[in-house]
Amino acid sequence: MSNTRPLSPHLVIYRWRVNMLQSTLHRLTGLFLCLGALLVTWGLIAAADGRVAWNVFAGFWSSGIGLVLLFIWTWSLLFHLCNGIQHLLRDTGRNFGLPTRDRTHDPVYWSTGWFVIAISIALTVLVWVLLIVRMQGGAA
Amino acid sequence: MSAYPGQEGLRDPLKVARGLGSAKTGVHHWWLQRTTAVALVPLSIWFLFLVGDLVPADYPMVLATIGQPVNAVFLIVFAVCLIWHGALGLQVIVEDYVHTRWLELTLQIALRFGALLGALACVMAMLAIWLAGTPHS
Repeated sequence: MSNTRPLSPHLVIYRWRVNMLQSTLHRLTGLFLCLGALLVTWGLIAAADGRVAWNVFAGFWSSGIGLVLLFIWTWSLLFHLCNGIQHLLRDTGRNFGLPTRDRTHDPVYWSTGWFVIAISIALTVLVWVLLIVRMQGGAA
Repeated sequence: MSAYPGQEGLRDPLKVARGLGSAKTGVHHWWLQRTTAVALVPLSIWFLFLVGDLVPADYPMVLATIGQPVNAVFLIVFAVCLIWHGALGLQVIVEDYVHTRWLELTLQIALRFGALLGALACVMAMLAIWLAGTPHS
């Protein structure tokens, strides 16, 4: 059924703000983390099943594609975590309302979104530097 | 201005009088999503450290680590919260983007079955590892 009635203006009528990027990324990373939940399930089942199943699982993660997925998954988890904490804080309603929606009135409120994105990237790099150092230490 | 006493705007006063409306169960999904999110904040940080700790690990060490009672309990709670929170999120994504009714219904049912199956699988796997246990030295 196609609707012939006129549509009201959609997202394009809004002035762009970082919270739009946060919202999109939160959903995308959430979707990707659901795949991650499947892989956690696979890992636990493989560990319970035995050495052969575990080696298949571990082999996947140490492959090139596995490492790339693991890296994206690390950032997804950390972004979803950081953004989620900010989301929970904003859910309390503090500083929320008409005055703070105006960024000229409170420029800090909206721009903390950039801080959330930056800290998720910094934490991802930190996690992987620590992992690489650890793996090299283990090999030596 | 209201046409009837007790009416504000377009809201029918009868609706308020009967106590119906979203204030009853309309926020149930919202609360579950937030509750699982609050649980997942410490749990996912803990999970990152656990996985990081396991990185150069071989199979026996993995079993010994995740089979420890404390780790096993937290892994079960983590897996259940993770899948629950994920299912709540997927539900909203399907609601938002899938507009073909039969497909939406199929996906909504499938993701609930999938979430339940996944959560059960994680719990069973963890119980198997935990109860098989490392022999006491």
